[in-house]
Amino acid sequence: MAYIRKVFTGFILVLPLIFSSLIYSESSDYNMPIGVTDVSESIFGLHMLIFWICVVIGVIVFSIMFWSLWKYRKSKGAVAADFDDNFWLEIGWTVAATLVLVWMAVPSTQVMVEAYDDAEGEINILITGHQWKWHYEYLEDEVGFFSNLSTSQEQIDGEVPKGEFYLREVDEPLVIPTNTRVRFLITGNDVIHSWWVPDFAVKQDAIPGFINTAWTNVPEPGIFRGACTELCGIKHAFMPVVVRAVEREEFDAFIAEKVALAEEERMLTSKVWTKDELMARGESFYATNCAACHQANGQGIPPVFPSLVGSQITMFDSNKHIEILMEGVQGSAMAAFGESYSEVDIASVITYTRQAWSNGEKGDGVIVTPQDIVAYKNRIDL
Amino acid sequence: MSTVVESHDHGHHGPAKGLSRWLFTTNHKDIGTLYLWFSFIMLFIGGAMAMVIRAELFQPGLQIVQPEFFNQMTTNHGLIMVFGVIMPAFVGLANWMLPMQIGAPDMALPRLNNLSFWLLPMAFGILISTLFMPEGGPNFGWTFYAPLSTTYAPSTVNFFIFSVHIMGVSSILGSINIITTIFNMRAPGMTLMKMPLFVWSWLITAYLLIAVMPVLAGVVTMMLMDINFGTSFFNAAGGGDPVLFQHVFWFFGHPEVYIMILPAFGIVSHIIETFSRKPIFGYSSMVYAMASIAILSFVVWAHHMFTVGMPLAGELFFMYSTMLIAIPTGVKVFNWVATMFRGSITFETPMLFSIAFVALFTIGGFSGLMLAIVPADFQYHDTYFVVAHFHYVLVPGALFGIIAAAYYWLPKWTGNMYDETLGKLHFWLTFISVNVTFFPMHFVGLAGMPRRYPDYALQFADFNALISVGAFMFGLTQLLFLFIVIKTIRSGKQAKPEVWEGAGDLGLEWTLTSPPPYHSFTVQPQVK
Repeated sequence: MAYIRKVFTGFILVLPLIFSSLIYSESSDYNMPIGVTDVSESIFGLHMLIFWICVVIGVIVFSIMFWSLWKYRKSKGAVAADFDDNFWLEIGWTVAATLVLVWMAVPSTQVMVEAYDDAEGEINILITGHQWKWHYEYLEDEVGFFSNLSTSQEQIDGEVPKGEFYLREVDEPLVIPTNTRVRFLITGNDVIHSWWVPDFAVKQDAIPGFINTAWTNVPEPGIFRGACTELCGIKHAFMPVVVRAVEREEFDAFIAEKVALAEEERMLTSKVWTKDELMARGESFYATNCAACHQANGQGIPPVFPSLVGSQITMFDSNKHIEILMEGVQGSAMAAFGESYSEVDIASVITYTRQAWSNGEKGDGVIVTPQDIVAYKNRIDL
Repeated sequence: MSTVVESHDHGHHGPAKGLSRWLFTTNHKDIGTLYLWFSFIMLFIGGAMAMVIRAELFQPGLQIVQPEFFNQMTTNHGLIMVFGVIMPAFVGLANWMLPMQIGAPDMALPRLNNLSFWLLPMAFGILISTLFMPEGGPNFGWTFYAPLSTTYAPSTVNFFIFSVHIMGVSSILGSINIITTIFNMRAPGMTLMKMPLFVWSWLITAYLLIAVMPVLAGVVTMMLMDINFGTSFFNAAGGGDPVLFQHVFWFFGHPEVYIMILPAFGIVSHIIETFSRKPIFGYSSMVYAMASIAILSFVVWAHHMFTVGMPLAGELFFMYSTMLIAIPTGVKVFNWVATMFRGSITFETPMLFSIAFVALFTIGGFSGLMLAIVPADFQYHDTYFVVAHFHYVLVPGALFGIIAAAYYWLPKWTGNMYDETLGKLHFWLTFISVNVTFFPMHFVGLAGMPRRYPDYALQFADFNALISVGAFMFGLTQLLFLFIVIKTIRSGKQAKPEVWEGAGDLGLEWTLTSPPPYHSFTVQPQVK
C-alpha cells in the first residue's frame, strides 16, 4: 500500500505542473497563436478564458476526488458511510454547471458575432482549392494565379536537409493590402479543402458547388503561413497557404504588374509558336501541374493516375487530348484545366506530352498550338 | 439475493465440443466471449496501424510509408477502432453481463445473437481485404467525406460500403436483442429504476443504435448510388450537395460517439461503488443524466461542421446545444466523486482504471467544451487538438472502461483471480503512456498542426517524436494485458462467488458461482 500512497501523492503534485506547463507557454509553439487581427486576438482571449474556467473546475473536482481517495482509503481504517442520495446537492450542482455555461456562452456569442460578417470587402478574392494547390483570383481586377508548394521532393524524401519553412512555403503567395477589409470567397474545384491562416483566425471549408465567405483586416505587413485542413487526398499535407500582407502602394503595384502580365499572356496566344518554345513552356508547366499525379516520367500511378507514355490518346488522338485537358474526365481525379489556364499553357503542355518519353517518335507527333485551343473553345461555345 | 443458484443439468446442456461450439452457439456467454476476443484481435490490428502512423510521424519527412498508404492507415485505424474494437467489446460485455445482472438464463433471442456476432468477422474480413487489393483500401478518413469518398475514391470503396452495411445489420440485430432481453427477462421485483446502471446504459445505447445505424446505412447507400448508378446526391456538378453528406453522416456520427461511451459510464459506476464499498451516489440522477445525454446527442451534430459555412443562427444553436451536454456529463462526474466521498476505498486494478477514467475522461470533456465554442473552434477544427480530444474520451474513456470491466468481471467469468501485481503494472504503464501519447497532441494542435498529415513542418518535430515514443509504449503494454488475460483463463487463485468484498449485495451476477453455470439463472431470483 505504501507505494500506492507515494504514487498518488506524486500524481496530485504533478497535475498542477501539467496545467502550468500549458500556461507558461503562451508562445505559438505550444499554444494557439494570438495572431495579428482584432478577431484573432478576441478568439485567443476567449480561448484562454474558457481554458482557465476549465482549469479551475478541474482543480476543484480533482482536489475533492483525490482528497477523498486519500482520506477514505480502507487501509487507514475508513468505514463507508451509507448515504446514497441528496436531492438538493444534485439540484445545486446542476444549477451551478448551468450558470458556468451561461458565463461562457456570453463572451463566445459576442466574439462569434464579431467574427461573422459576410458583407462585401474593399478587396474581394476568390480562393479555389484544387488537388493539391490553391488558386487566387482578384475579382476587381480579374487576375489570378496558382500557389504551389515550393519545398522540393528531395527535402521531403530526406535527401537534402530541410529548409526553415519546410512544407510552409509556396512559389507564389497570396498578396493582400494592410488596413483594408479583404473578403475571401472560398470554394473547391474537386474535393473539399479548407483554407486556414491561424494568424487571421480564418478557417473556411472550400466546398465544390458552394461559395463560403471569410474576411480579415491585417494591420501590419508580414508573411503569414497556414495550411489545408480538410483531408483532400494524397497531397493533403503538401498544399500550404502563404499570405503576404503589404502596404497599399505595394499592393497596387503588385496588381498592376499582374494585370500587365495577364495582358502579355493574352498577346502570346496570337503569336506564332515554334515547337521548341512550346516544348520548353510545356515542360515547366508539366512539372508544376501534372507531375504530382502522372509523375515526372509520365508513367503515372495506374490505375488511379494513368500513364501518358505510349497511350493511344497522347500518340494518335490530339482532339481527344485537347478535350481531356479542357474538360477533365468525369468521375476521375483529372480536373478540367481549360477554365483556369491560358491557351498557351494548355497548348504547350499538350505538345510537350505528345513529344516527350518517345511519344513523339512512336506517335504522330502532332504539335498543338494556342490557336488550336482557341478554335476548340469557339467550337464549344457554338 | 444471497443464495447461490446451482445449475442442476450441466450434463444435458453443456457446451458442444470443438469448433461447432463457437460456430453454432446460442449461449450468451459463448457469444460474449467471441465478441470480446474479436474485439481484442481487432485492437491489435487497429493498434498496429496506429504504430505505422506514429512511426511515419516520428520525424518530419517521408521515411516509412507513402502518403497514399498513410491515408489508408488513418482511415482503417479509425474504422477498426470504432466499429471493430469499442462497439463489439461493449456488445460482448452486454452479452456476458446483462442476463446475469437481470437474473435471466440467457438473451431473449439467442439465434439472432449468433447471427449478429458472425456477421462481424465477415464485415471486417471484407474491409481489411481491400488493403491487399491493387488500388488499396479506403483512404478518405473514417468520416469518408464526399466527394473524396465517391467521385475521387478508389474502386474498393464498394467493398467498404458493403462492409459498413453488414456492420450496421449486426449492430441493429444486437440492439433488438438487448432491448427485448431487458424489457422481458428481468427477475421479478426488478423494476426499471432498480436495474443496474450497466443495464440502463445499454438500454439507452441500444435505442441510440437502432435510431442511427439506418442513417449510416442510408448515407453509404447514397454513396453507392453516386458511384455506380449515376445519381448526384453529393456531386455538386450534378446539382447535388457535398455538405448534405456531412449532415447525414454526423446525424449518425454524434449519437455514435455516445454509443461508444455510455456503456463505459455504466461499468465505471459499478466499479466505483464496489471499491468504495458504498452504493452509487444519486442513482436516479445517473439514469436521467444518461437519458439526457442520449437525447441531446441528436441535436448537436453540426458542431463537427462549424467551418462548412453555416448561417450565424445555426452556428450559435449548435454551440449552445453542445454546451448543454456538459451539464449531464458534469453531473455524472460529480456523482462518481460523491460516491468515493466517505467510502472505504481500495485500489484494485479495476478501480485504478476507473479512477483514471474519471480523471482523464473529464480532461477530454474539458477539451470538448472548448471545441464547442464556435469562434475558438475555427482555430481548433481539424487540428491535433481535436485528435487529442477524441482520443482522451475514447482511449482513457471508452477503452479504459472496457479494460476495467475485463479486470472486474474476469474472475467471475473464469473462476480465477487475475494476477494483481501484473494488473497494477499494466495499469501504471498504460496510464503513463496514454498521457505521454495524447497530452502533447493538445500542444501541437494549438500550435497549428492539422490532422491526417503524413508529414509536417519542423516546429512540430519534438512533440511528435515524444508522442510516437508514448504510442509505442502504449502499444507494447497492451501485450502485457493479453498475457494477463490468458494467464487468468489458464490458472489463478479460485474466485469466490462474490469475488470482491461486499459485492454480493451490489448485483445479481455476484450471487452466481465463479465461473457461473452455463445457463446463468435457471430459476429466477426474487429482487426486493
